[in-house]
Amino acid sequence: MILAMVPNSTWYLLLAAVLFGIGAVGLLVRRNPLVMFMCIELMLNAVNLSFVAFAVRFGDIAGQTAVFFVMVVAAAEVVVGLGIIVSIMRRRPGATADDLAELKG
Amino acid sequence: MELLVFVIASGMVLVGAVGVVAMRNPVHSALGLVLTLFGVAVHFVAMEAHFLAAVQVIVYAGAIVVLFLFVIMLLGVDTAEDLSIEPVPIQRPLAVIIGVGTVVLVGTAVIRTRDTIARGPELEASGDSNIRLLARNLFSDQVLAFELTSVLFIVAVAGTVLMTRKQKRVAPDRDRVGS
Repeated sequence: MILAMVPNSTWYLLLAAVLFGIGAVGLLVRRNPLVMFMCIELMLNAVNLSFVAFAVRFGDIAGQTAVFFVMVVAAAEVVVGLGIIVSIMRRRPGATADDLAELKG
Repeated sequence: MELLVFVIASGMVLVGAVGVVAMRNPVHSALGLVLTLFGVAVHFVAMEAHFLAAVQVIVYAGAIVVLFLFVIMLLGVDTAEDLSIEPVPIQRPLAVIIGVGTVVLVGTAVIRTRDTIARGPELEASGDSNIRLLARNLFSDQVLAFELTSVLFIVAVAGTVLMTRKQKRVAPDRDRVGS
């Protein structure tokens, strides 16, 4: 009987909230810049999930278009962010986020 | 059946997310990220956003995670980080409070408004497939934003190349000696 339940958009939104929370905690706790970056990706994915859930609920395709743009901008953001991390790490190997207080490189 | 898919994919998402945060080695974090991204792609399929599921697998799980792994290997930062050291004394409790607070706040809002939010028509009621609807919206209403993303990509690629290029040492006066 319980297998006949169909997940609706509320379930997806709750899952997205939990995923966003995990990403936020990781961003605050971890000190490795790369892992912090991955946590940002987690939060972006949580928002994407809720966008698609709302698109299905409202019957409006614009929500899925927004997800498309989020993915595009996330790809560009990863390219720039990893470039910054590479050029920082090249000068200071093993730097954590605490060591990067000043932007002098 | 749909419930089963939801439960399994949600398990993938949450296990992967916890893995990203809790793993000591950045390579393992990246693999946890792959698990999460695949779980989200499964959810997209379940919600009949087929194009986005394909893009999710290709762009996120393919390109972005490979880029992460590439940078990890390139920099040699794949040494395990000692997670028992806590640099700022109350950082972790505060982070957990913020995280749990966010989840409770958003979750409460979602649950309280679950019946009051308007419910629209079926997405594919017009008979068009998901990708056709998406393309029509993207290339008519959002075409300016679509064109601007190409500018964004050019800027991002050019900026990254310029930023990470190794500075060429200026050889002092070698040319003049040769001539």
